[in-house]
Amino acid sequence: MMDGDIRVNSYDDGSTDFETGEQRIRNFNINFGPQHPAAHGVLRLVLELDGEIVERCDAHVGLLHRGTEKLMESRTYLQNLPYFDRLDYVAPMNQEHAWCLAIERLTGTEVPRRASLIRVLYSEIGRILNHLLNVTTQALDVGALTPPLWGFEEREKLMTFYERASGARLHAAYFRPGGVHEDLPPQLIDDIEAWTETFPKVLADIDGLLTENRIFKQRNVNIGIVTAEDALNWGYSGVMVRGSGMPWDLRRSQPYELYDEFDFLIPIGKNGDCFDRYLCRMAEMRESVKIMRQAIAKLRAPDGQGPVLARGKIAPPERGEMKTSMEALIHHFKLYSEGFHVPAGEVYAAVEAPKGEFGVYLVADGTNRPYRTKIRAPGFLHLQSLDWMARGHQLADVAAIIGTMDIVFGEVDR
Amino acid sequence: MDVQELSAHVAQQRAADILSAEVAHGELTVTVKPEALVGFLDWLKRDPVANFTSLVDITAIDHPERPDRFDMVYHFLSMHKNHRIRVKTSVADGALHPTICAVYPAANWFEREVFDMFGIVFSDHPDLRRILTDYGFRGHPLRKDFPTTGYVEVRYDVGEKRVVYEPVKLVQDYRLFDFLSPWEGANYALPGDEKGAK
Repeated sequence: MMDGDIRVNSYDDGSTDFETGEQRIRNFNINFGPQHPAAHGVLRLVLELDGEIVERCDAHVGLLHRGTEKLMESRTYLQNLPYFDRLDYVAPMNQEHAWCLAIERLTGTEVPRRASLIRVLYSEIGRILNHLLNVTTQALDVGALTPPLWGFEEREKLMTFYERASGARLHAAYFRPGGVHEDLPPQLIDDIEAWTETFPKVLADIDGLLTENRIFKQRNVNIGIVTAEDALNWGYSGVMVRGSGMPWDLRRSQPYELYDEFDFLIPIGKNGDCFDRYLCRMAEMRESVKIMRQAIAKLRAPDGQGPVLARGKIAPPERGEMKTSMEALIHHFKLYSEGFHVPAGEVYAAVEAPKGEFGVYLVADGTNRPYRTKIRAPGFLHLQSLDWMARGHQLADVAAIIGTMDIVFGEVDR
Repeated sequence: MDVQELSAHVAQQRAADILSAEVAHGELTVTVKPEALVGFLDWLKRDPVANFTSLVDITAIDHPERPDRFDMVYHFLSMHKNHRIRVKTSVADGALHPTICAVYPAANWFEREVFDMFGIVFSDHPDLRRILTDYGFRGHPLRKDFPTTGYVEVRYDVGEKRVVYEPVKLVQDYRLFDFLSPWEGANYALPGDEKGAK
């Protein structure tokens, strides 16, 4: 009997092969995580392996569950805003955006034009922040060390722009219901513009490192193929659908803010594999730079001047006014203690976050606190399909697939 | 097709299944009889006009004062037709609710989350385990009668050399301020005002 032959033969005299303990083969179960560097956070996978092939993949999530939705029910609308920074902490302002849009739709607030432009500018900064992290760390997962070093340098510059606008590198709390908290100084706008001039070169460098890299292609081409139908069945959004050839982008199909004024392309993939999604993300960064340049031009145009916050019940009065007006002082005190009341109703507001459709389902009961908030994170649905997607792949591909799904546990576990 | 036409289409085609269809803030909300839910969603997915192929979200809302305590809320999106719909049904505490995993595979984790957070049990769900809370967790956190602080806390015990669970000890009571003004909204008498309230 040949080595490795696991058949049990029976013979004419009724006897069968003797099976040694070594020959009894069963599938191997391993724990992947929760402290695995390729798990992008705290993900525990229970993998059932047949040799190197994944037979079943049971994802245990919730290790970063902080009960955001429960906490939000006992805090005012404004106090809830910073929780959104802590969901997808890779692109914080895009999350705040959905929350602000939900409140604005329920209260019927019009956002001033300049505030809207700043939101677009910073949403695109967030998109680049996210894609830089995702593309480069996915490359790290499949074996390339240099891209994250180069990408993180650019992320650092972008986070400085966050800091100069809001005072915080990550947890910005900059988008507020009714606009943004403070106007951008002209110098900051100039610096962001200067950055958009230099960034394409860095992007081209990363592109040169990865796109035609033999190892990178071997690890990503034809791995984790998603057809358009699968993408719909699993409720995918963002790059996960676009990589499969569906031109679906909320910025274009259900425009919010001023996205319908901007000229940009929606890159789509052809084969729906990890490599196409990588290419989509690279192309999206280039489009984001284009949007940022347009936003800067619009911010400098005469009609781009003006207030950045719709002053009213849901926004604080101006500082100067508080020094002279008693009503303004009372308003300020009441706003930051009691908060504003949102009329009863329910609304679902979604934005095209870098990872996909990030939505907030807000149920208001007319008080100063939300009755119920559901945060719809794109990563939750993507991770859910990991079992389906990883089946039949090699163990090493699981890391590539988790990378391409763009999982961040802040938003999956909430 | 705008949201009003979609509303009319749904109301006309599935009049037997739905209790109400209304448009608010530009969003269509359809309330469906619980027993008709799966059939209705199957139709939503297959109907060429509605064509809601993507499941966006499933969640629940707890209203402890109602006889049917929970509202189940489903959001769907049609990428082909570019419209959205919200479907609602109600569930009583302890009642079985039909799963929609057969129609939308993506519902699996969402229903696990609703089970975890609200304790709504789905019949025929392929894998109804807790998802976000700790292993061995008790209670359903998003119910309104579950305290925000929870019941247990964990710490590393040096003596036992492991993480131990203990009942929550609060140094001060969890504070929840009531901001309702007695002139608008508050329907109770403030302390000292009992005589005036009569």
